[in-house]
Amino acid sequence: MDLSAINPVLLIASLMVAATPILLAAIGELVVEKAGVLNLGVEGMMIVGAICGFAIAVNTGSPLVGFVAAAIGGAVLSLLFVLLTQVALANQVASGLALTLFGLGLSALMGQSYVGVKPPAFAKLDIPGISDLPVVGPILFSHDLVLYFGLALVAAVWAVLKFTRAGLILRAVGESHDAAHALGYKVVRIRTMAILFGGACAGMGGAYISLVRVPQWTEGMTAGVGWIALALVVFASWKPWRVLLGAYLFGGITVLQLNLQAAGVAVPVEYLAMSPYVITILVLVILSQQKSSAPAALGRIFHASQ
Amino acid sequence: MIVLEKRPQPSKLWAYGTPVLAVLLTMIFGGLLFAALGKNPVDAIRTIFFDPVFGEFAFYYRPQLLVKGAPLVLIAIGLSLGFRAGIWNIGAEGQYIIGALCGAGVALAVYPLEAFWLFPLMIMAGALGGWAWAMIPAFLKVRFGTNEILVSLMLVYVAEQLLASMALGLLRNPDGFGFPGSRNLQQYPSAHNAELIAGTGMHLGVVFALIAVIFAYVLLSRHMLGFQIKLTGAAPRAAKFAGVNPARLILVCLGTSGALAGMAGLFEVAGPAGQVSIDFNVGYGFTAIIVAFLGRLNPIGILLAGGLMALTYIGGEIAQGQLGLPAAAIDLFQGMLLFFLLALDVLTNYRIRLRKGEAA
Repeated sequence: MDLSAINPVLLIASLMVAATPILLAAIGELVVEKAGVLNLGVEGMMIVGAICGFAIAVNTGSPLVGFVAAAIGGAVLSLLFVLLTQVALANQVASGLALTLFGLGLSALMGQSYVGVKPPAFAKLDIPGISDLPVVGPILFSHDLVLYFGLALVAAVWAVLKFTRAGLILRAVGESHDAAHALGYKVVRIRTMAILFGGACAGMGGAYISLVRVPQWTEGMTAGVGWIALALVVFASWKPWRVLLGAYLFGGITVLQLNLQAAGVAVPVEYLAMSPYVITILVLVILSQQKSSAPAALGRIFHASQ
Repeated sequence: MIVLEKRPQPSKLWAYGTPVLAVLLTMIFGGLLFAALGKNPVDAIRTIFFDPVFGEFAFYYRPQLLVKGAPLVLIAIGLSLGFRAGIWNIGAEGQYIIGALCGAGVALAVYPLEAFWLFPLMIMAGALGGWAWAMIPAFLKVRFGTNEILVSLMLVYVAEQLLASMALGLLRNPDGFGFPGSRNLQQYPSAHNAELIAGTGMHLGVVFALIAVIFAYVLLSRHMLGFQIKLTGAAPRAAKFAGVNPARLILVCLGTSGALAGMAGLFEVAGPAGQVSIDFNVGYGFTAIIVAFLGRLNPIGILLAGGLMALTYIGGEIAQGQLGLPAAAIDLFQGMLLFFLLALDVLTNYRIRLRKGEAA
C-alpha cells in the first residue's frame, strides 16, 4: 500500500469532475421536486442523455453539440413522464420506475454500434499563466466548460427560486397545487416545464459521464448515479447550495475509493466499490429526521376537478 | 377540449380491460420499433408471442416458460403486497442475489455431504437471506423514516458487489483452476433444484410460486392483514384511525417480499443457473415490477402476467437467434408495456369527456 501516490491536488480536481454528473442531475431533480413532482426516472434520463450526447458528439465531432443533444434527449424522455403523470394522472413512483426501465433498454439499443468508439475530447479551459499556477490552477482553472456550467446552474437555480416571481410560483405549485390553481396559475404547465428542465439536466449529467468522465460508451454505464442524485436532493433538504456540497462529498468518496483501489489498499476492490452506495444510505438515515423541508405537495397527483 | 372526469367508482370493465389493451398497444408499437430496426414486424411479434408455445420447437420452449415464469411470479407476488400498501420495495434484485448467496453458501459449506435435509435448509437460508436484506430498508424506514425506495435500490448495487466478491473469493470453486464462479450445484445431487418431472421445467420453485399465489389470494381476500394492506394503500389516514400499525405493515410487506425474492434467487442458483457467478442474476427483480403492475397487483393477474413476461423473455431469445433482433429491443419492449399500462390506467379512474370552452 502506498498512500503517498495519492496527490491531493489531483484528487480535488478529479473530485470536481466526478461530482459534476451527480450535480447536474440533482439540481434538475431539485427543481422538479420543488414543483411538487417526484420523478424517479433520473437514472433512465441520464443514460439516454449519455448515449444521445455520445452518438451526436461522435458523429459531429463536437462534444458541445453532443451536450445539447443530450439535454434534448433527456428532455424528450421526460416528456413521456409528463404524459404519464400530468396528462394520464398515473402514479409518480411507478411512472418514474417505468421511465428508468424504458431508458435503460432504449439506451442499450441506441448504443449498440458505439461500443468501443472513442469520443472527441472536450477542450479544457487553458488560460496561459493562470491555469499553470500550482494548486489553484488544476483545481479552479483547468476544467471543461460543462463543469463551470454546472456550477453556474446551481447559482442560477438558487437565485431564480429565491429572488424571482417565477421561482415563487414554482414553489407555490410545489407546496399546494390547489391553492396555486385557485390563484390562476397553470399547475400542469408549470410542472411540465419543471420536468422538462429536470430531464435536460439529467441528460447533460449522463453525457458528462460518457463524454468526459469515462469517456466511452458501455451499457448501463450510469450505474446508479441517477439514484444517488435523487438521494442527494433529500440530503440537501431541497436547497441548491447543499446539492453542491453533497455532490462534491459523493464525488470525493467515488474518487477516493478509486484512488485507494489504485494504491492497493488491503480492502478488496468490491468493498471499496460499494462504499458510495453504503454511504448514501448512511447519509439518508442521518438526514431523514428532518422531513419538514420537503415540498408539501411532493408526489401528489393534481386534478382540477372543477 | 378533452376533459377528465373522476369516476365515483373505479370502472370494473377497464380494470380488466387495460392490461389487455396495453399488451395489444405494446405489440403494435413494438412492431413499429422492430420495423424501424429493419425486421419484419409480423414475423417478430409472431416469433416472440407465438413460436415459444405453438412453434416448431415448442416442446423445448414450453418448459422454459415455467423456468422463467416462476421467479418472476414469486418475486412479483411479494412486491405486490407492498405496492398495494404504498410501500415501494424496488430492490428485489438485491434480495434475490443475497438469497442465492446464502442458500448456495449453505450447500457449499457442507460440500460434499449428501443429506435429505440439505435442500430444505438451503431454501430456508435463501428466504432468510432475502428477508434480512429487505429488513435493512424496512428497519431504517420504521426507525428513522428513511425513504425505502432509495435504500432498497442502493442495496442492489451493494449486493452486486458482494456477489462479485463471493464469486471471485469465498465461494469460488477450489477445483475450478482459478476461474471465477462457485462449484456447479447441478452436479451436487443433494443441493440440486432438479426438475420434479423430467423435461417439464417443473422445479420446486414453480410449486412455491403457485403456493405463493394461493396464499396471497387468501391473504388479500380473506385475512385481516390483507384488508389492512388494501386499506393503507387506499386511505392511509383512515387506516391509522382504524388501528392499523404502519410500522408492522412495513416490516411484514418488505420482509415477505424479501423472503420470496431470496427464495427465487436460491431456486435459480441451485437449478437453472447452477452456480454462483458474477452475472447469474439477469434482472428478474426489476422485470418483476412490471409483472406486478401488469397483473394489477392481483395474485391471479400476476400469475398470468408472469407467464406473459416469461414468454417475451423466451420469444426474445428466439428472435435474437433467428431474426437477429438485439437483446436490448426486448428490454425496451418490456419497458414499453409498463408505460402503456400506467397511461391507460387513467381510463379506470376517470371518464374522458369532450367539452367546449376553456378548461382548467
